Amino acid sequence: MTYEVVIGLETHAELATVTKLFCGCSTQFGVDPNMQVCPVCLGMPGVLPVMNKKAFEYALKAAVALNCKIDEFTNFDRKSYYYPDLPKNYQVSQNYHNLGADGYLDISVNGVTNRIRIHNVHLEEEAGKLIHPEEVGADYSLVDFNRAGVPLLEIVSYPDMRRVDEVESYMQTLRKILLYTEVSDCKMQEGSLRFEASISLRKKGCDKLGNRVEIKNLNSMKSVLKAIEYETIRQRDVLDRGETVGRETRLWDEVNEKSARMRSKEESQDYRYFPEPDLLPVLIDEKWLRAIKDTIPELPLARRQRFIEGFALSGYDASLLIDEKILADFFEECVKILNRPKAFCNWITNDLLREVKDRKLDIYHLKIKPKQLAALVEIIEKGTISSTIAKEVFSEMIQTGKDPKTVVEEKKLVQISDEGLIEAIITKVISGNPDAVEDYKKGKKNALTFLVGQVMKETKGKANPKMVNELLEKKVRV
Amino acid sequence: MMIDKDEVEYIANLSRISLNEREKDMFVHQLNDILSYIEKLNTLDTKNVKPMAYILKVSNVFREDKLETSIPIQDVLINAPSTKSGFFKVPKVIE
Repeated sequence: MTYEVVIGLETHAELATVTKLFCGCSTQFGVDPNMQVCPVCLGMPGVLPVMNKKAFEYALKAAVALNCKIDEFTNFDRKSYYYPDLPKNYQVSQNYHNLGADGYLDISVNGVTNRIRIHNVHLEEEAGKLIHPEEVGADYSLVDFNRAGVPLLEIVSYPDMRRVDEVESYMQTLRKILLYTEVSDCKMQEGSLRFEASISLRKKGCDKLGNRVEIKNLNSMKSVLKAIEYETIRQRDVLDRGETVGRETRLWDEVNEKSARMRSKEESQDYRYFPEPDLLPVLIDEKWLRAIKDTIPELPLARRQRFIEGFALSGYDASLLIDEKILADFFEECVKILNRPKAFCNWITNDLLREVKDRKLDIYHLKIKPKQLAALVEIIEKGTISSTIAKEVFSEMIQTGKDPKTVVEEKKLVQISDEGLIEAIITKVISGNPDAVEDYKKGKKNALTFLVGQVMKETKGKANPKMVNELLEKKVRV
Repeated sequence: MMIDKDEVEYIANLSRISLNEREKDMFVHQLNDILSYIEKLNTLDTKNVKPMAYILKVSNVFREDKLETSIPIQDVLINAPSTKSGFFKVPKVIE
């Protein structure tokens, strides 16, 4: 039987504020347990929450960037459930009047653009963190409330995805938008960006959706994709046996690469949402909305298009550049200084990215600056150094942050373009390699390449390669 | 709307409290009394009345994203029945 896979994603992103949603405690990651808490985020009796304006505006900004409709009225609701990571026994979230609704995200798979609808975008508070000791027989769990109350954005898609490549593109595009709008740092390894998938299968051509299974505990984009593949096969087997897929929540086990049932529909949570009386509603007027819209920068897909049209880059190159906002910014800075888009694109997407990967550099704190890369491209064009030597200079620049001219002087890398000097070396190489010269005269073209290589070796790569070629060819022909 | 014993057991379960048979019967009675009292509101015509969750005409109350000092760890844990290395220690929970 052929089935169609129907996939929707829920995304949680911690907002990049300095303080929590309802109190002035720090949101910094990786601090000792319970050092960033106060009576408000510990849920002590009698405290009152006051909303962080920046958190609200970040959420609004994301909702606008995701093309959501923004209602003039929005408020917050209590979502009740009892779990030790939730000090108040309810989470302040939104249910009846979400901040944003009916938006969309355009994704691109193999050059084909596809629109994934967004059901809603809303703001809520994070729960604390539970630690389960690994020691055998431990009968306790540990709770750290540093994360409790950190502003959290939830983005719920419609079940509009059919294949894993669409899911991957959705996650990547969404991550890029959150980074471009600077509302979240999206560090998956620190949990500031998390995904939950819901998957159902239906017979091809059937309109009715099958029973949906939700998968939690997906710690990376890779595990999202693996879990979807696993779940697709599991549900297909169930349906092929003539059984029905139960509506349930499953937990992904990253080590064993399979999922296990967490709770069935019957055991599903009853959250008893009701309006949070401790918080006042928020009214969003035209003026405020316009001000928020003005803070949204050019988004990734639009920027990619502009790079292709404005700088004559290929779609592939443009995609590589816009992938990280900081790199696209770096590129644009360079082009502003010197109009050589293709050259800068090559340096950034090849050499820079390779050095970053090999030396495990942080692209957010690069030592090399756009004006230095521009200066490097300039001295290559002037012929001060060859493009081979330039790679060595670049490597030094990215490690030390030195100007290209400084590196060239310190390492004595100036290109040799003195005809007399090159001729002298050529004469030496020719007399040292009579066999190669004979081979060339007999018609072996690659013998010349060998001789050029010898000259370059003599000059430690500094001889002007074009001149070496021309002069050498002239000499051996004689 | 009538509350039966199943409903009381369901609410007790959600609230993580255990009730004995006598208490369950008692709450069935009490909750039904409360609900039938509230039922009186249904005699009013509310067709053109919007649901109201907030009685004050106040909105948009915010604080700036400004760092404030958190409280010392000994105060954080002072009421905790059990702690371990700065954490609250609770009975094992597995999701």
